[in-house]
Amino acid sequence: MSAWERFLDTFFNWAVITEYLPALGQGVLVTCQLAVAVVLTGLALGLGMALLRAYRFWAVNFVIVIFVDILRALPPLVLILILYFGLPNIGVTFSGFTVVWLVLSLVLAAFAEEIYWAGVLSVDQGQWLAARSTGLGFGQALIFVVLPQAMRMTIPPITNRTIAITKYTAIGMVVGVGEVLGQATTAQSFSGNASPLMAGALIYVALFLPLVVLSRWIEKRFAWRRA
Amino acid sequence: MEQLIQQFFNVDLMIEAAPLLLQGLGTTLLLCLAVVPLGLAGGLGVALAGTSRMRWLRIATMVFVDFFRAIPPLVLLIFVYSGLPFAGVQLDPFSAVCIAFLLNNSAYYGEIFRAGIESIGGGQRLAARSTGLSAWQSMRYVVLPQATRNVLPDLMSNTVEVVKLTSLASVVSLQELLYSADMARSITYNASPIVLAALMYLALLWPMIRLVARFERRLGASAGI
Repeated sequence: MSAWERFLDTFFNWAVITEYLPALGQGVLVTCQLAVAVVLTGLALGLGMALLRAYRFWAVNFVIVIFVDILRALPPLVLILILYFGLPNIGVTFSGFTVVWLVLSLVLAAFAEEIYWAGVLSVDQGQWLAARSTGLGFGQALIFVVLPQAMRMTIPPITNRTIAITKYTAIGMVVGVGEVLGQATTAQSFSGNASPLMAGALIYVALFLPLVVLSRWIEKRFAWRRA
Repeated sequence: MEQLIQQFFNVDLMIEAAPLLLQGLGTTLLLCLAVVPLGLAGGLGVALAGTSRMRWLRIATMVFVDFFRAIPPLVLLIFVYSGLPFAGVQLDPFSAVCIAFLLNNSAYYGEIFRAGIESIGGGQRLAARSTGLSAWQSMRYVVLPQATRNVLPDLMSNTVEVVKLTSLASVVSLQELLYSADMARSITYNASPIVLAALMYLALLWPMIRLVARFERRLGASAGI
């Protein structure tokens, strides 16, 4: 066998890949479910906190700032291990899927809160005053006047951060979630061949490359603020 | 409540695990000392290639960057660590992490440096060239210093992310902070050692995050935003 054939046999072995294709497909499904769940919960929670912060109750804001700082400073894997291995000892057992969903949602919420809040702050004070002077209440001014303007400039950073955290779902492998990487590493050890891992890596590229290209486009499209 | 404290904030266990964790912290810091400069150097190279006047080089760089931004760092790490041995390339965990993170971080740092270089007006480079500096010299002494200053907060917050990413090295059994903590956890059947590791990460990274926030405010103020 030539070196090239051996390379193909090790990393692109079709017999092995087709054998584990159903498992990898299952993994894609789990990765997508996890990703969608994290994005929905994380962004909603982050936006909710940013809006809450606009009311400037100092006790609430203090809690939000601490929460955001801690979740930004901690590696998500640390939190995942604490919850996954710690909670059963006090009688609460979550599946790996639930733990990863919970942790990544909170992390995304923390980053999203900060970005949305920066967006709210960047809207000119005159907009608030003008909105209030037309008779809108504080909440109405926030939702209908300030937020729509704030949202626009938060789109590029939110997109980038969301992609980065969605990619982190591969960490599910560590706590036994059968997402793409988990399926691929299992298949690799069963088959003694690196092709499933290669297939897994290519699946991630296929899933995320369109998003990365989209984020590049969004960055150009919404770059009007940078004069 | 008592059970909660017992399982997550058990001080006796934390003290017992502390020496092991400190050793792990040392490895984590060593890893950062290797991975951050590698990433910065790689990123600078990527940025220079990405702003080059040669079209094919720019396109090749974009493909490189997007590919490594699309692939999760853990997937890359596992591929380098347990996929490459099938091709006869056996790496120790430390080198595997360095290689995987060099590829991943070069892409991210590269995008940041590129944004910095593009934020410097073309006039700066022309002026530098007209004083007799070579293309390389004007890049090195005129454009890059200003570019780096403009994106300093981004470079720093990406560095925070890189330090956090080193925890992934525990998956390929490199005995850094999180690995040591998890080892102590599995011996004691108690999550307190990992909570202690979390506190160490906080002590390491919280000041950096606050510093970045201050930088951002100051740069924002000087840019008149």
